[in-house]
Amino acid sequence: MLKKLVGASVPLLAAVTAFFFGAIMLVALGANPFEGFQAMLEGAFGSGERIATTAVRATPLILVGAGISIAFRARVINIGGESQIIAGALLSTVLALNAPDLPAILLVPLVLATGAVGGFLAGAVPGLLKAHAHVNEILSTIMLNLIMVQFMNYLLGGPLIDPLQTSAGTFIPQTERLSDNAALPTLVSGTRLHLGVPVAVLAAVAAFVLLWKTPLGFRLRAVGHNADAAKAAGINVKRHITYALAISGSFGGLAGSILVFGSEGQRMVTDGSAAGFTGSAGFNGIVAALFGGLHPLWTIPSAFLFGALLTGAVQLQRVLQVPASLAVTINGIVVLFVISSAKLRGYIEGRIADRVTESEEPPDDPGPLADVAIGSLDDPIQNPIDSSDGVV
Amino acid sequence: MSTESQKLVEMRGITKRYPGVVANEDVTFDVEYGEVHTLLGENGAGKSTLMKILFGLTPADEGEVLLRGEPISISSPADAIDARIGMVHQHFMLVQPLTVAENVALGLRSGRRPFTDLDVVSKRIHELSEAHGLAVDPSTEVWRLSVGERQRVEILKALYRDAELLVLDEPTAVLTPQEVDDLFVILRHMVDDGRGLIFISHKLHEVMSLSDRITVLRNGRVVGSTTPAESTRESLAEMMVGREVLLTPRKPVLAAGRPRLSIRDLSITGDRGAVSVDNLSVEVHAGEILGVAGVSGNGQRELAEAIAGLRPVDAGTIQIDGTDITRATTASRREAGLAYVPEERMRDGAIGEFTVSENLVLVNHGSSEFAKRGLFSHAAIRKHSEDKVNEYGVKTPTVDTPTSSLSGGNIQKVIMARELGVKPGILLACQPTRGVDIGSAEYIHRRLIEQRSEGAGTLLISEDLDEVLGLADRIAVMFEGRIVAIVDAADAKREAIGLMMAGVLDD
Ligand SMILES: Nc1ncnc2c1ncn2[C@@H]1O[C@H](COP(=O)(O)OP(=O)(O)OP(=O)(O)O)[C@@H](O)[C@H]1O
Ligand SMILES: [Mg+2]
Repeated sequence: MLKKLVGASVPLLAAVTAFFFGAIMLVALGANPFEGFQAMLEGAFGSGERIATTAVRATPLILVGAGISIAFRARVINIGGESQIIAGALLSTVLALNAPDLPAILLVPLVLATGAVGGFLAGAVPGLLKAHAHVNEILSTIMLNLIMVQFMNYLLGGPLIDPLQTSAGTFIPQTERLSDNAALPTLVSGTRLHLGVPVAVLAAVAAFVLLWKTPLGFRLRAVGHNADAAKAAGINVKRHITYALAISGSFGGLAGSILVFGSEGQRMVTDGSAAGFTGSAGFNGIVAALFGGLHPLWTIPSAFLFGALLTGAVQLQRVLQVPASLAVTINGIVVLFVISSAKLRGYIEGRIADRVTESEEPPDDPGPLADVAIGSLDDPIQNPIDSSDGVV
Repeated sequence: MSTESQKLVEMRGITKRYPGVVANEDVTFDVEYGEVHTLLGENGAGKSTLMKILFGLTPADEGEVLLRGEPISISSPADAIDARIGMVHQHFMLVQPLTVAENVALGLRSGRRPFTDLDVVSKRIHELSEAHGLAVDPSTEVWRLSVGERQRVEILKALYRDAELLVLDEPTAVLTPQEVDDLFVILRHMVDDGRGLIFISHKLHEVMSLSDRITVLRNGRVVGSTTPAESTRESLAEMMVGREVLLTPRKPVLAAGRPRLSIRDLSITGDRGAVSVDNLSVEVHAGEILGVAGVSGNGQRELAEAIAGLRPVDAGTIQIDGTDITRATTASRREAGLAYVPEERMRDGAIGEFTVSENLVLVNHGSSEFAKRGLFSHAAIRKHSEDKVNEYGVKTPTVDTPTSSLSGGNIQKVIMARELGVKPGILLACQPTRGVDIGSAEYIHRRLIEQRSEGAGTLLISEDLDEVLGLADRIAVMFEGRIVAIVDAADAKREAIGLMMAGVLDD
């Protein structure tokens, strides 16, 4: 009981500390931190419209975060959120360009599904490489991020470019306006709250169900905890490592299609930079997942928090003339604190365990990611010394 | 040295509670200089817990420890090692990617700080292994070693640290009779030096031969102390379990049936790149238990892994019921009726972080009994698990308890319950009762014999010669990757088999 409480309070403390540092930075920039935070709060929650914007910003973070949680349970680290978002967006955009006249009732689910397929494929590539060629998935997913950004820039500036851009000679890398039948319906008129938001929340719930209520999730977790025992029980470890990355990627891909078809411009557009299309959702989603203890359900509130940070920062800039990138900095500080507080939490829990003797185990070597598994409803993954040889 | 009355160690009034269980309750236990004091008790009786407290791995809730007459607080293994307490754990505490020498040196100060001094360590290991007959190569990585060899490394580690009080938590579970004899000579030698020894084993004849004193725990409490002179194996068994126990299994006479598992000309390369199974052929028939006896490291592990589909073979074929499965996946072998109890339970047999219930359905979690329309039926899984836990007498607070917090023998029971539960056609059982208490071993043996009567073929790979002699219909002796002899259990002589295991063959 006590242990759970500590588990939950440490990330919150990390957030509070991060905001404290944010306050110091505001002071350094010559702004009043209280006014600053007030502006952020107002920016994020000040009106129904703003709350809707916050929710929309949170949407890709929920999805990427839930996806990463799945991979993590299979002890696979997916840093490829950016590439998976882009793959999902591109594939669903191509579909919408080619089938603009399908009725919305078909086209909307179809573009979402296609987005998930795109992400699935972009995740399967590093998955196959890891499972069959022992390629480290951290490296391959990061490389794939770089590749996909360039691929997107090429497609949007060439084969997929809006013909109007060519004829006008402006050459902005964007597609033509996509069929209105593909647009995600707005749920509350006057706001940007669209269908993507509940879809993302449902997807996170589905991730939870997958992990803990289905045989597939059972096998993913078995492979994550002890690949040797999983193998001896007849589980195909390589296949499930591939699945872990591919399924994780499909969540990013879904986020990608939501970014396109939930956008105001109703088209896919890039500014050529790495974050131009995704808004770094592939990375911010990792932050949200870590803050949510790599648990798909906790990722939902966590993503809302970071969504609020992002929308709040815009208002901060508007009111106090402080750069919005302060929010990014606060993001970074939260990550630092959350990760280091995982160690702290381990220490505090150890202390409590000594006193109330809740749990005891000989000195285990925590897994590579155990340090970041915080605030989790489930026990952080542990890796007993005796099972420390390679996974595949 | 010491005064007459001074004990090497005294543990007084030790109580330790875990959620849902009292592992130790007001336990008082001592060891004198030059004495072997054995702790006996069923799985989950609290033996390892008491030793973990002594070694500083977990704090006691109540009670005190006196070492050499002085109260002492041991709050970590480092404290214990400083106090010259050594412990050989029930589960290996070795870092697999490191070599033997590196494992031994781990945690010790090097003479060439901050660099390691592995040459010196290796040299000393050589000396110790020569002196005590514990053959291991210091430069081998631990993951390449067999369980028996790992056990030797653990003992070497404690010897290297020159422990005065040595705790051996089931050190013989994986050793052959000869190795056990050798080990006992070493241990006796150490005790004659004035050292104290705490010995834990479920093998009563070992307990009878090594101990000076025996203390029996049941449900965390001391139920009595005795000496080998005052007791028999039967009386010890009864003291532990609280009822009479059948020590030698009785099995009906059966005519061997059709071949269920056929292995022809099998050759396998081991982890060290050398031939570990060499052109081996053997058949296991329906209604037969074929025992494979051998010193660990003679290819048994590789053979078992190849049959289970976890290790590629170089040549030869494996058939289940006439169907070639040499290249089949583990899953399809299991579908063909194979069940597999691996020798290393914490690595290959169970997932420590999973609950007891999850481990019980690890193999057949996807069956229609447990999953309907893609979703688990938690009620069905719970019912199945509770039945198995009751049937096999697994001692656990609930079926949702993480498996790693169970006692060693109880984890083994979970694995046995799972593998026997699928009613296998062929059971590949490596050390099936390793670390299991005699009461439960009796139960598992009975179940193995029942499977046999139902027509299953069992390949029993065990270093416990008594188990092989008691259960098997035929005994295949394995030496250096080959089966050097197959004898009918009825004509088998313990000594003769022991010699063949060591490679001594009369023509
Ligand atoms: N870390 C833990 N958390 C919770 N319960 C535990 C833990 N360790 C041991 N226990 C419980 O304490 C009891 C005693 O366990 P212990 O390991 O001391 O048994 P044992 O006598 O060594 O048995 P075995 O012969 O099977 O090794 C068991 O019921 C076990 O489930
Ligand atoms: Mg024990």
